[in-house]
Amino acid sequence: MPLLSVEDLRISFHQRDQTVEAVKGVSFALEAGRTLAIVGESGSGKSVTALSLTRLLPEPPNCRVTGAIRYQGRDVLGLDRRSLQALRGKEIAYVFQEPSSSLNPVFTVGAQIAEAVRLHLPEIKDVEAHVIRALEQVGIADAARRHTSYPHELSGGMQQRVMIAMALACRPKILVADEPTTALDVTIQKQIIDLLRDLKTSTGMSVILITHNFGIVRGFADDVAVMYRGLIVESGPTEEILSRPKHPYTQALIACIPRLGARQRRLATIDHAAIARALETKI
Amino acid sequence: MTDTAPVSSAPLLEVENLRVHYPLRGGLLRRVVDHVRAVDDVSFPGARGRTTGLVGESGSGKTTIGRALIKLAPITGGSIRFNGTELTTLSNREFLPFRKRVQMIFQDPFNSLNPRMTVEAIIREPLDIHFPKQGVAEKRERVAGLLRRVGLEPDHMHRYPHQFSGGQRQRIGIARALAVEPEFIICDEAVSALDVSVQAQVVNLLQDLQAELGLTYLFIAHDLAVVEHISDHVLVMHRGKLVESASAEEIYREPKADYTRKLLDAVPRL
Ligand SMILES: Nc1ncnc2c1ncn2[C@@H]1O[C@H](COP(=O)(O)OP(=O)(O)O)[C@@H](O)[C@H]1O
Ligand SMILES: Nc1ncnc2c1ncn2[C@@H]1O[C@H](COP(=O)(O)OP(=O)(O)O)[C@@H](O)[C@H]1O
Ligand SMILES: [Mg+2]
Ligand SMILES: [Mg+2]
Repeated sequence: MPLLSVEDLRISFHQRDQTVEAVKGVSFALEAGRTLAIVGESGSGKSVTALSLTRLLPEPPNCRVTGAIRYQGRDVLGLDRRSLQALRGKEIAYVFQEPSSSLNPVFTVGAQIAEAVRLHLPEIKDVEAHVIRALEQVGIADAARRHTSYPHELSGGMQQRVMIAMALACRPKILVADEPTTALDVTIQKQIIDLLRDLKTSTGMSVILITHNFGIVRGFADDVAVMYRGLIVESGPTEEILSRPKHPYTQALIACIPRLGARQRRLATIDHAAIARALETKI
Repeated sequence: MTDTAPVSSAPLLEVENLRVHYPLRGGLLRRVVDHVRAVDDVSFPGARGRTTGLVGESGSGKTTIGRALIKLAPITGGSIRFNGTELTTLSNREFLPFRKRVQMIFQDPFNSLNPRMTVEAIIREPLDIHFPKQGVAEKRERVAGLLRRVGLEPDHMHRYPHQFSGGQRQRIGIARALAVEPEFIICDEAVSALDVSVQAQVVNLLQDLQAELGLTYLFIAHDLAVVEHISDHVLVMHRGKLVESASAEEIYREPKADYTRKLLDAVPRL
């Protein structure tokens, strides 16, 4: 039995006379200790899919979620409020794109991690020591001193490390990283991806990495699901998808990335009409 | 061109020993305690009709160089010559004609367009400043032509920025920059916030416009792969200093600076 499974997930938003079908029937599974990358362009439904896993979306009637989400066999869509609270953070934790908007500017980073630890791991007595260890685990030098820093005193890369420390402090089984490096410099991006890879190995947790950038997927994710306009158009082992993409959308999305040393005259672009035709013939 | 243009093989832009040092104030009296050497002794040519790429991590001084070229950053020292004319000693008034010839496209199409202005008003604003005598109908015709040129519909001029996607907003930014028929465009992280597929479209558009209009670009980005793709010549900045200056091919094949190698290593391989 997979740790997490999603079947025929559909998510729609309703505002007055407007309906947006953000996710139109998506299925995937995540085994314990594995890493799944969900790759797609903005608006394809990656973030709402991620948020639905612990029901972080608006309530009906503004938002409707159907299908099945199972975590360790339990039906997430049927959980009561208390069980949901336990699921969030403790079992499934998130890291988002903008660390600066996820951190509270008026509290030290240590205090923010401590709050999450007290909530989810009440059995831990020496919270401060636990917080310092969490910061050391994400490569923050001098954690014993740094935990008293305020978010604005840290660089973007350091803030993202703090967010990862906060997510991991409660030892979740799944880490959902939604565009964790999109706002960072390439050199810092590489450091954060390397860090996530090390942490995945040392903790044995599962990771869902959400990104619009195929480049960071290789060498990190075991499997890839490619999302396009609310659908998963192709999924499979990372190496296979990257070296032999079958769906024209996957092919186009890989082709349009500038390659170092390629000296191409023009970049490839995506022919959305051709992809719409390919999707129709498949149905 | 009215000024006595030197032979066209001379670079359009010549930057020599450019320095921009911001004062750092501290203490109760807010005295100057030190300086941030945002740009420190940087020299490079901007070849006419070509693209010079400027790469480096955030805080390395890329934006400051771009802003210094249009007198939006305080120049501490050095020289900037545009088509042979020294810009650093010009008064604001003497600089105005150059302000038209050098335009800037910004990173964030979401923040750089006034949300309360229609697309027509946004693109017409520079025309009003630099072509005050042109009539309303003529300007509207120009706005329509510019929108068509960047791949949008003339009808779009009546809409507001929030009604467009990120890539479309960047096209609006490009149309606005093109409105006054500049020779030189500074693209400051102009494609960095876009999806790769949209980035590809905008990069192709910039290259088409360059081929058609003979534009010279300074293309600023922190992603070396896109800089290497679009540029003829690449400048690598690190902490305010220029650590490497070489052709796009050399940068990739035989990087000389350690820092360039570090940047190359950080680019994900597909
Ligand atoms: N709270 C919301 N209300 C209405 N529409 C939303 C909301 N959140 C997301 N959407 C819409 O759902 C679609 C998918 O969004 P999202 O999952 O954020 O895309 P991605 O993360 O792939 O960029 C988009 O069309 C977006 O506008
Ligand atoms: N107006 C300013 N006052 C003081 N320091 C500044 C100002 N603008 C930029 N800086 C500093 O100059 C350095 C270079 O910044 P910038 O040119 O924006 O870098 P980049 O565009 O490469 O990210 C940074 O250390 C930045 O903090
Ligand atoms: Mg998203
Ligand atoms: Mg900048």
